[in-house]
Amino acid sequence: MAQAISDNGLAEYYHNRTSLPGQGHEVLPETLKKLVLYDHPEIQHSFVIDVGEHAREAVLILEGITCAACVWLNERHIKQLPGVRSVEVNYASHRARVSWDTREIALSRILQEIQLLGYNAHPYSALQADALRKTQRKKDLQRIAVAGIGAAQAMMLSVGLYAGNWYGIDPGTVVLLRWFGLLLTVPVVTFSAMPFYRAAWSGIKSGHLNMDVPVALAIITAFIGSVWVTLFGGEHVYYDTIGMFTLFLLGTRMLEAGARGKSVESAENLLKLQPAMATRLRGGEGGEQEYVPVMDLLAGDWLLSKPGETLAADACVVAGESSVDEALLTGESRPVLKRPGDNVIAGSVNLEGPLTLRVTGVGESTVLAGIVRLVDKAQAEKPPLAQVADRVASWFTLALLAFTVLVGALWFWFDRSQTLDIVLAVLVVTCPCALSLAVPAALAAAGSHLIKRGILVTRGHALETLAKVNHVVFDKTGTLTLGKPQVVDTRLFAQTTLTRCQMLASSLEQASEHPLAAAFARIATTPLLAVMEARNHPGQGVSGAIDGVQYTLGNQAFSAHSRSIPSADLEARYPGATLVWLCDEQCALAVFVLADPLRTEAADAIAGLKACGIAVSILSGDAPNTVRHVGGLLGVDAVYSEQKPQDKLARLQALQRQGAVVAMVGDGVNDAPVLAGAQVSFAMGSGSDVANQSSDIVLLSSRLTDVQQALESGRATLSVMRQNLFWAVAYNLLALPFAAMGYVTPWVAALGMSISSMVVVLNALRLR
Amino acid sequence: MNATLVFLLGLSVIFLLLMVFGIFWAIKSNQFEDMEGPAQRILMDEDDPMLPSNQLSDKHK
Repeated sequence: MAQAISDNGLAEYYHNRTSLPGQGHEVLPETLKKLVLYDHPEIQHSFVIDVGEHAREAVLILEGITCAACVWLNERHIKQLPGVRSVEVNYASHRARVSWDTREIALSRILQEIQLLGYNAHPYSALQADALRKTQRKKDLQRIAVAGIGAAQAMMLSVGLYAGNWYGIDPGTVVLLRWFGLLLTVPVVTFSAMPFYRAAWSGIKSGHLNMDVPVALAIITAFIGSVWVTLFGGEHVYYDTIGMFTLFLLGTRMLEAGARGKSVESAENLLKLQPAMATRLRGGEGGEQEYVPVMDLLAGDWLLSKPGETLAADACVVAGESSVDEALLTGESRPVLKRPGDNVIAGSVNLEGPLTLRVTGVGESTVLAGIVRLVDKAQAEKPPLAQVADRVASWFTLALLAFTVLVGALWFWFDRSQTLDIVLAVLVVTCPCALSLAVPAALAAAGSHLIKRGILVTRGHALETLAKVNHVVFDKTGTLTLGKPQVVDTRLFAQTTLTRCQMLASSLEQASEHPLAAAFARIATTPLLAVMEARNHPGQGVSGAIDGVQYTLGNQAFSAHSRSIPSADLEARYPGATLVWLCDEQCALAVFVLADPLRTEAADAIAGLKACGIAVSILSGDAPNTVRHVGGLLGVDAVYSEQKPQDKLARLQALQRQGAVVAMVGDGVNDAPVLAGAQVSFAMGSGSDVANQSSDIVLLSSRLTDVQQALESGRATLSVMRQNLFWAVAYNLLALPFAAMGYVTPWVAALGMSISSMVVVLNALRLR
Repeated sequence: MNATLVFLLGLSVIFLLLMVFGIFWAIKSNQFEDMEGPAQRILMDEDDPMLPSNQLSDKHK
């Protein structure tokens, strides 16, 4: 951001700012002053989106979030500020999506409130998030290293002390070993365990008990108790327990952060595909070239993209022709040909020739940023199971603390010497970490696994619902088929060659903008011929002269020569196909059969679903015989043709009334309502934006077999979530009585607690 | 007996400090940033003829 500030020549602004407007009476720390900069429109440009006249939306990164409770605290606090319309904090990415009214509140005020809570908020930009994560990770590693070394050494000393208990030991040596234990544990307590105190403190301050409260209490109690014993003599010191507890807890959190980080990074990596600089053409095509930061680009700018470069912005091709690689976006490794008039997406790579581009979208309004936001949204919408776990964990902590006090009081009454041991064991063994981690860990792991395969889960509940799906409904055009007509067969009538006919047809169609013309552009293998007197005959075809001969290309009625040829057999063989006839001045030369071919993997995908016992049906707006033909090829009996969008929705609701849990797969605008109506929906990545918006899962690579992949993944995720929740609850309920009765020593408790959390995280990581 | 113990424990503290120092240095110099890369990298030969720079030098030979 500092870079952005100086880039925009705003360093001056920063120097001149000494107080916040309207807040002058309050002396604010230096850090708070900096926040005002974020109100400047020039800077907001890169991370704030206008969602209405006075409504703005931004994504903020929150620093210092350690658990679900912190998320809850931030959400609740920001929501109650006047002028804030909505706020959603994403636990996985530590990002908050805030929308506010500019008339009532400024962004800096929101940031300031977050700081007052004890967290740090930064407007989101991919680079900054990355640097933040790196420093956080380094700090965590340092804490783990100190805790590990401290724990290992304290344990060595403990071995000496335990052995001494057994074989007898010189009291002076005991004191010596205890003092060294203290020395080794001080860094663990003051440095490694820091995050627990901080999280616990902010929890207490907000009146919301989080699981860090018992953790911090356990560490501090154990330490003070041990220091007391070291100074004044007593039964036990717990330096080894403190070290181990801290080490295991930090280790589990690191693992969990790793799993979350992966899912966040895969989404963010999409954003980082955009380069930092671009070549702008000043004053339009052929203008002077200048090298500018991508941040400065505006819609309407002219860009020059050289071969090998990554595209900086969404744009429309103005001149030049090249293939681009959109693999990172769609998972499709085949290069896509781009011609003037085509749209290119930021993050794709220009492979062959220079392209002159006109920018249509930059920064937050690119397709790429849109995808990242979709993921963000999905992760912020917590599934019902996760919400339950959150609530339970917070009640659980309260009940636990009350229980600990009760147990402590009872033991203090009956057997004073054991009190510290028991209280520690109860606090440590029942830490509800595993419970809080159970669902988010599973979702994060599954999400990151799926996005690598080109399956983008855009709504949180989708994975849970997927597991219950027993009926998959496909749209036909664009979903089961490619959605673009292609020449599937050619029949020759005269003394001519296939190549010549193809060349003639392509040449005749080159000026046409008819959708069918695109199919002919694809079959040309040789350079096109020049066409004289090219004419378009709407509803019939095209005509023109090549090398002095008049040709026509169009439907059967267009030319007298083609009218006499019977075509019933072709029509029977290719139901729904379009026949296009090529004739010269004397006779018909050839007929091209244009049809919308099935996706190659469609049959496999449907066979796979049926093998899993899932019912399949097709809903299409197409004519009955075409749909039935496709159904026959794929082995689907339940086909419904001539369905308007509302018919589709009605059909779907009828299925749902019969008890089916329906997954809908579609691509077009006409599928949007039915996609929204289905319990869970897939949109083809190549489909319309509306379809993508109203679906739960986007198949970025448009591979139909991914549907089954996603269903399987959903089942696996749900079973892992259930296992995790069951394990966490069972463990806590089982361990509590034993700890309260004094059968669990503090170090066993530390081990048990850590293992239970670790089991949950490792179980989630199995999802791959 | 205690004198030996104090000496040995003191020595262990010095070693511990060295360990902490070493690990902090490793963390600072980004050795934990990429846990998979180095394991893969060791399998790749620097004299791989597929590398463009090596193709050039082959021609010069």
